[in-house]
Amino acid sequence: MNLFCVGISHHTAKVETRERYGLQRSEEVLRTESGCDEALILATCNRVEVYGSAVATVATDRLTDCLVRDGAKTAEDAGIFYRYEGEECIRHLFRVVSGLDSMVIGETDILGQVKKSYANARESGSVGPHLHRLFQRAFRVAKQVRTRTEITRGAVSVGSVAVELAVKIFGDLRNRKVLILGAGDTSERTARALSSRGVTDIRVSNRSFERAESLAAVVRGRAISFHEWSKQCVEVDILISSTAAEEPLLRPDVLTPMMRERSDRPLFIIDIAVPRDVAPEVNEIDGVFLYDIDSLQAIAEESLALRRHQIAAAEEIIAGHVTDFRALVGIPSESPGPQAAVSHRALDEAAFRASQL
Amino acid sequence: MDRQLLIVATLCYFTAVVHTLVAVRDRISRPRRFNFFAIGLGFLFQFAFLSVRGHALGRCPLTNLFEVFIFLAWSVALIYLLVGPAYRLSLMGAFTAPLVFALQTFALIAPIDVPHQARLPANPWLEFHASMSMVAYGAFALACVAGVMYLVQERQLKTHQMHSVFSRLPPLTSLFAAITRLLWLGFALYTAGLIGGFFTGGPLPRVKMICAFGVWLFYGAILQGRHLHRLAPKRVAVLCVLGFGAAVSVLWAINFVSQSRPT
Repeated sequence: MNLFCVGISHHTAKVETRERYGLQRSEEVLRTESGCDEALILATCNRVEVYGSAVATVATDRLTDCLVRDGAKTAEDAGIFYRYEGEECIRHLFRVVSGLDSMVIGETDILGQVKKSYANARESGSVGPHLHRLFQRAFRVAKQVRTRTEITRGAVSVGSVAVELAVKIFGDLRNRKVLILGAGDTSERTARALSSRGVTDIRVSNRSFERAESLAAVVRGRAISFHEWSKQCVEVDILISSTAAEEPLLRPDVLTPMMRERSDRPLFIIDIAVPRDVAPEVNEIDGVFLYDIDSLQAIAEESLALRRHQIAAAEEIIAGHVTDFRALVGIPSESPGPQAAVSHRALDEAAFRASQL
Repeated sequence: MDRQLLIVATLCYFTAVVHTLVAVRDRISRPRRFNFFAIGLGFLFQFAFLSVRGHALGRCPLTNLFEVFIFLAWSVALIYLLVGPAYRLSLMGAFTAPLVFALQTFALIAPIDVPHQARLPANPWLEFHASMSMVAYGAFALACVAGVMYLVQERQLKTHQMHSVFSRLPPLTSLFAAITRLLWLGFALYTAGLIGGFFTGGPLPRVKMICAFGVWLFYGAILQGRHLHRLAPKRVAVLCVLGFGAAVSVLWAINFVSQSRPT
């Protein structure tokens, strides 16, 4: 029995190309049309892959034809598909579920996406004993990589860093109150990230009340008049500030009396405005934790660097499982074949950056 | 025989300390379970030591400074084992093990295990007073540990150092809640111990009384200051650390002064 994987990902194709491929037909149809014995389609925003098993070799074209949307396959698309067979296929799947092949190294969404694809394929009856064993092992590998390394550690975006910091200060965020001062995109994303962790009391204040109302509607909060924001500071736990003010709105002389009224509750201030809305000296006040956009981004970069350091440890765990699984299913050991090396042609740096954007 | 039990207990705590250091170095995320069991095992050996010594003395083993330190270390472990799982404070064991290890190592190395010449009859009230006070000290020690953790976490958040070796410390609010509860627990036990002291039947030594009430007033003042919101959380944490250091010094002084009369 031959295990193989054919696909495209953010490594090999830009988003304009990737969006022309996807889950067009059920695995059952793909299986019968391509001649696979078992098949599973993994389609996410960053990759479209078919995992299959077959006694006879299944041509890559037959599989990619089943993935193309509305017959939009072009001649240039031929080189963007990679194909992994046997041991390399096992290794590739283990790397994918562990987040090593993701755009953001160590991201955990991919595991859920693979599990969902697997469940769908099982439901449609296109997963047999070979893919079942392969994917069950892959889930085990992902769990081990997550628990034994720090590959998933740390937040890697401004919004998630803000959430991580809020958790370090307050623990449970469910009963926390958030004030958004100035309705910008980053404020909105940060508020959404906090909302996803259970924050329900979100107040939005902006010079334009209409804009405050529209953002409040988006984040399921309530709009507050801009004149009232300083009064709100006494009540809220988290302040996200991003106004276009030329001078700092919050200075130690303004905040110190407010802190006395707060019964020693900490105040987490996220200042994402440029120029800054909050004077840096505010961070010296007891119970105030001030982070500006640079400090948030520095933490995100640091997390990403930390994750990169964990790749070797994760690869080691994966290698052990690949050897073990290969022996279990009786696949001969092999080095990456020329086909894989040629077909997995990475995007050049400029194209990759464009793809990320 | 009893000292050997104590050496084994100390080795258990030493294992927890080494395991923590290795986990911190390798950035392994979950040293908690290992520490909990290592401290639990050390606690059992300490308990065996105290039982053997208590059986030999025919009373609660608090007759010299050596036994006081071992009882204190045992109390710290006891409070950790009781409150550690309840508060779910990660890394608390990592901070507790070195404290217990230091207390026991000092007790084993220092020439303070001087047996009392006079074998005194057991006095239930005196033993209640001494043991309750020691367990209260255990709670104050844990409050000190939580205070250190609070100050480290607060410093990290203020200086934006989120990837240090202590990046997995619990949230500030959880640590402060733990400090407050441990202070209340210690204060209640200490108060009970003090009240028990009045029923011992013998004359109350003046120096001991002053020191004991000094400790009681100090922790009472922290709790009152907290209740009235006069003390910021950071100051409470600092006072817990300084207070425990002072309280242990007082404990030493009390035992030093009363060498002629066992507690």
